Amino acid sequence: MHELSIMQSALHQALREARLAGAARVHEIRLRIGVLSGVVPDALQFAFEAITPGTAAEGALLTIEEVPARFWCAACRREFVSENFYAECPDCGVPSGELRAGRELELSSMEVDHV
Amino acid sequence: MCEDCGCGLPAGIPVTVSGPGHQDHGEHEHQHHGHDHGHGHDHDHGHDHPHHHHPSEPGAEERQTLDLRHAILEKNDRLAERNRGFFRARGILVINVLSSPGSGKTTLIGETIRRLGKRLKTAVIVGDLATDNDARRLRESGAPVVQINTGTVCHLEADMVARAVKQLDTVGLDLLIIENVGNLVCPASYDLGEDLRVVLLSVADGEDKPLKYPPMFHLAGVVIVSKLDLDRACDFQREAATANIRHIAPHARLFELSAKTGAGLDDWCDYLVKQHEAVKHRDPLAS
Repeated sequence: MHELSIMQSALHQALREARLAGAARVHEIRLRIGVLSGVVPDALQFAFEAITPGTAAEGALLTIEEVPARFWCAACRREFVSENFYAECPDCGVPSGELRAGRELELSSMEVDHV
Repeated sequence: MCEDCGCGLPAGIPVTVSGPGHQDHGEHEHQHHGHDHGHGHDHDHGHDHPHHHHPSEPGAEERQTLDLRHAILEKNDRLAERNRGFFRARGILVINVLSSPGSGKTTLIGETIRRLGKRLKTAVIVGDLATDNDARRLRESGAPVVQINTGTVCHLEADMVARAVKQLDTVGLDLLIIENVGNLVCPASYDLGEDLRVVLLSVADGEDKPLKYPPMFHLAGVVIVSKLDLDRACDFQREAATANIRHIAPHARLFELSAKTGAGLDDWCDYLVKQHEAVKHRDPLAS
């Protein structure tokens, strides 16, 4: 259950940014979470609801965009999305050594009061 | 990013949402209007001005979007890079050993140190939620061992490693083995500053572990099939396991061994010696 500490880090960063912007309220926090990041979005939601009460983000919306695993096939010179996390190119079968997306653990943006 | 409102959601991406009003955003409709965000708001009238253009979402025009793109684990990543610089400057090969509990990490590490003997001066950092049982077992190999008790934390983080390293004499050290907390999920997210991730799959774990835990296996530089002496008792399907490892970690070096009988250990130890040679002669400032 490392989602709690990851959510705490994200919330900490978000609250700091809100303070820097002079905003009293956070309305929405948006995360991008890669399917190969090892983090479960549902557990982040659970953690978010547990740790936001009493903060400027109380009652805020948490929106999580799941980023699929996207590999680069050097042989075909194109990217492919792997649903099952297999690294082999679906066209030529050559395994890819280059994951281009899917490991994101990113606080992408947020909605705060307009100051 | 969404072209309409800049909300970061490509159209059609499934989103998980919570909190009040989520039914409004779940379909990714655009109740809030991007054109109002971020302008000067230099009107001099009071706040009782009618904002008729947003009757369906009162207050939305008072909001602004902060574009952040912060790596959530930025602090850990930074500390891990600091560790990496420290290790590189000293020519120390660092391996992060990962597996589910009971796959044989501690036994393998102990036997590896014994077999390496004087070829590599080795130290161990071992993480567990509680007890120093593993540290006591590993000290029998003669190597210095630092135990980290993580309490309730299910993985090691870079700052825990940095603190543990302070308790070690790193002068002349060749190899640092970090035995992570037994867990195939959480430690995958945390860089410790290692050169190599070594993931164990014991023959008792089941051949499809790599398919069930792709984040962990994808990051493996080495996959070790352990407890090979039990393969018949466990009806281990070697070809299926190898194929599954290749699907998720095609780049990983594969070893099959038994720390109990010693089968395969020499190849593994020779590999570590070669890796250390490469690390020792590496330019510390090369990326």
